[in-house]
Parts: sequence; structure tokens; C-alpha cells
Amino acid sequence: MKYILMMNTPGKGPYQVANWAKQDFQAHIAFMMGFSKKLRAAGELVAAEGLAGPDQARLVRAGQDGKPVTDGVFPETKEFLAGYWIVDVETTERAYAIAAEASAAPGPGGKPLNMGIEVRQVMSGPPKDLL
Amino acid sequence: MTSPTLDAHQERLLRDLAPQVLGMVIRRFRDFSASEDAVQEALIAAAAQWPREGLPDEPRAWLYQVASRRIADQVRAEAARRRREAIVVSLVPPELQIALAADDDDTPAEHDDTLVLLFMCCHPALSPASAIALTLRAAGGLTTAEIATAFLVPEATMAQRISRAKQSIKASLVPFQMPTAEERDQRLGAVLHVLYLIFNEGYTTSSGPTLHRSDLSSEAIRLARTLHALLPDHAETAGLLALMLLTDARRAARTGPAGELIPLDDQDRRLWDQPAIVEGIALLSATLPRGAIGAYQLQAAIAAVHDEAARAEDTDWPQILALYGLLQRMSDNPMVALSHAIATAMVHGPAAGLALLRALDADPRLTGNHRLDAARAHLLERSGDHEGAIEGYRRAAQRTTSIPEQNYLLTQAARLNEAPLKAR
Repeated sequence: MKYILMMNTPGKGPYQVANWAKQDFQAHIAFMMGFSKKLRAAGELVAAEGLAGPDQARLVRAGQDGKPVTDGVFPETKEFLAGYWIVDVETTERAYAIAAEASAAPGPGGKPLNMGIEVRQVMSGPPKDLL
Repeated sequence: MTSPTLDAHQERLLRDLAPQVLGMVIRRFRDFSASEDAVQEALIAAAAQWPREGLPDEPRAWLYQVASRRIADQVRAEAARRRREAIVVSLVPPELQIALAADDDDTPAEHDDTLVLLFMCCHPALSPASAIALTLRAAGGLTTAEIATAFLVPEATMAQRISRAKQSIKASLVPFQMPTAEERDQRLGAVLHVLYLIFNEGYTTSSGPTLHRSDLSSEAIRLARTLHALLPDHAETAGLLALMLLTDARRAARTGPAGELIPLDDQDRRLWDQPAIVEGIALLSATLPRGAIGAYQLQAAIAAVHDEAARAEDTDWPQILALYGLLQRMSDNPMVALSHAIATAMVHGPAAGLALLRALDADPRLTGNHRLDAARAHLLERSGDHEGAIEGYRRAAQRTTSIPEQNYLLTQAARLNEAPLKAR
């Protein structure tokens, strides 16, 4: 079963790595890189991406003529997807365990961040035979 | 048991033969797209059979025959579907045929074919992404799967990109022939640009977690070598090859153990690849005295000045500044102006560099570009304005799309943020 683990964070929320001490930031990066490496080695990682900053985000809709109409910049309190992992695991519990590990990534002073990770199953089940 | 794979010599041979064989097949069947597919299948067949059965006596003829058989089978199947419609002389429907040179004869022209193929794959009608993919497959002999892996996209995505590129070539009616003398320089410029892009994509990945994908850089160097061998007197081709060698020489020193970016100043220069530096400088020395200096030669000369300094503080910045001055006069490129500003700061102090950067603020091509912020932060730090530097590093970190670069910029900001605390 595939799950997507989404790390959501407000534009100016607790995940403000730019303001951390150098040591804390480096510990965080080392943790994240080791985390991905471990998942990959275990054959559980399908994909992982970090997204560019929310100040570059634009909301796009089609206008009357079908051409894109863009909207932005967004309030700093709005939640944004900072990055995600897609994992392929045997059980929901395992997906939760991986999410908890990511959630406990070290933050300022090396303390676990315990940030919220949204876990959703990826629809990838085979279709049932239709009778 | 795993099946044996090609050894380095066979692999190299296969990739060198790929464009030559493709040229021969195109000449016979006159359908670029079908020929390209057939040669790709022949390469895959070779990769499976040669390690097991050994190298055939005539590897090129072997590949040509396998590819020809594939294409003939395919055309025959097609013809059968058309209820035995009359088969045209070339076996390919005229609407699918591409034009051949009027003076085309049967003399072996494999070297020219490689060149013509590069001209075709790098045609200005193609988008850079399409040209890159097509060049790697048709001229480089890489499989779609290998190209997809290098660009971190699914194979189906890359297959689509290649197929679109081939359609564009068909639609543009580009003939499979040597461009005219007047066209040649411009077309050659496009080929060099595509090779340069492939190298850069390998050297500084534009996205993803790892800083360089060395396979793409190596492939770009291999293709540049091929081109240089075909056109030994073309100065800018030599310049581009030198630039690649002199830049790639620093590869081992450019990242730390955890994959983090290490700037030029902090690199362990003992890790630089001396043979590559020697080769690059020799190429440049042979080319520069001939006059007609181009942008690739100038960039290679700048890389050479860096590579010749045993320590960062030994760098001959006045010479680099002079070279950037020449480069700037040659091309209106804001990235060159940015590097020129940094070199100015190294020679005349950070204030002079910052003044040049301020002039670039108005350039719309740099709006939102993280490099301007990063360069400014670097010079502000040198001028002692740590607060301004921290802000610049952070803004650059927000704007870059490279994760290693982002980590580097944030580390710089964090380092400065701590500095005043330590001083107190």
C-alpha cells in the first residue's frame, strides 16, 4: 500500500529553519538526509520532494478565455506543503511509524519538532472485476 | 545468475558507433524516427549479446544489420496491414521520408554523419529540453531509461519527450544533411549550447537532493570530445571541451561527505583532478593564440586561472576581472555581469562590487533570481554588514530550487547569525 506523508507548515510557522542556529540547522538536514537514505535502503521510499518557498506559490485558475489567471502572494498564516514522502509499506501502522519518525526531526536546541505530518493513502488498488 | 554486462571498452565502442550507424540507417531508410528506434533496439540487443558471445568481427556492420532488419520487419508489417500496398523503393512512405543531401552518394560518411546528427538533434526549432533528450539518445546512444534516470523522471515521461522531439524535427522539415557554410556557424553554436546545457545539468542539478549527476557531465564531455575530434580547428569547440574539463576537475572537492556544497574557497585543492586540468589548459593554450576568442574559451580561461591557484588566496583576481570584462563585452548576459561584480569586489573591494550589483537590480532577467541575492549577501559579508548579509542569504535560500544550494545558503545565514554572539 502506498501512502503520502505530507509536511504542512504555515508560511511563518514553527518550521522556520532560516532562523535556527547553524548547528541545529545542520543536525536537522543530516537527520532528513539520513531518513530518506534509510527509507530508500529499506525499499520503502517511492518518492520524496521538497518544495520551493511559499512566496513563489501562485494559485492558478482558468479565466473566461481559458487562459491562466494567477493569484498570490498569500498570507503568512496560510498553511503550505513544504515537502512530502511517498512510501510503499505493508500496513497503515508502518506508514504511521514512518510519519512519527519524520515528525520527531530535531529542531532548535536539538529538541524534536513533533510537527504534524498528514498521512493519506494513495489510491493504487487494482480495480475489481466487474460482473 | 545475473547476465553479464558490457565491459568499459565495449560500452565505449557501442556509444561511439551509435551515431555512425544511425546515419547509415537514415541514409538507407530515410525515416529519422523509425531509424532512431531501430538503432536503439540494435544497441539494446548488442548490450545483451556482446558480453555473452563476444564482440562481433565488424561491430558497426553488426549493428547496422540488426537495425536494418528491425526496420525492414516493421515496414513489412506495416505494409501487410495496408493489404500489401505497393512497397516504395525506399520501403518508407514518401510522406515519412526526410530529404537527403542532393549530392548524396554511397561513400561511407560515418564521421560526417555524427556531425549531421548533432546538427539535427540540436536544431534551434527544438526546445532545449527536447534537444538534450534527443542528443543523448540519438548521438550519445543512451537508452530512454538511462536518460530518464539522469533527469529523475519516469521513463514514460522521457519517452514522450523524445517522441515529441522527433515529431518537431519531422514538422520542421529539417533535412538530414550538412548545413550550408553560412548556416554552419549558427548551427554549430546551437550544438555547443546543448552540450553545455547537458554538462551543466550534470554538474549543478537544477532540482533534487544530490548536487551533481556525474553521468550527464561525463556524457557531455564525451560528446564534446567527439565533436572536437571532428572539428579540431574550431576554436569554440576546443574552448567548450576545455571549460568542461577544467570545471569537472573540481568535482571530487565540490561536495562534502554528506553531499553538502563546498564553495571554491573552501575546497581541498588536493582533490582536484590534475590530469584533467593539464588537458584543459593544453587545449586552451593551443587555441587562444589563433585569434577569434569566443565566450567558451574565455570561460575556460577563467576556470583555468582558478585551477592554477594552489590556494584560494593565490587566485589571480585581476586576471579574472580582465577576462570577465572581455566576456561582458561579448555577451549581454546578466550572469556574466554578476560574476564580473564579484571579481570587481575581489580586486577593488566589496563597495565597488556592491555598486555594480545595484545596477543589476533593474534587470528584469534577474528579478527573483537567487544568485543576485546570494552574490550581494557574499559581498555585504565581506564589507562587514552582517545583518544585510544574513537577510540576503535567507532571501536567496527561499528562491533557489536546488536543495544543496538552499542548505548551503541557510548554513551561511546561521553562521553569521551566531558570529556576533560569540564576539560578545
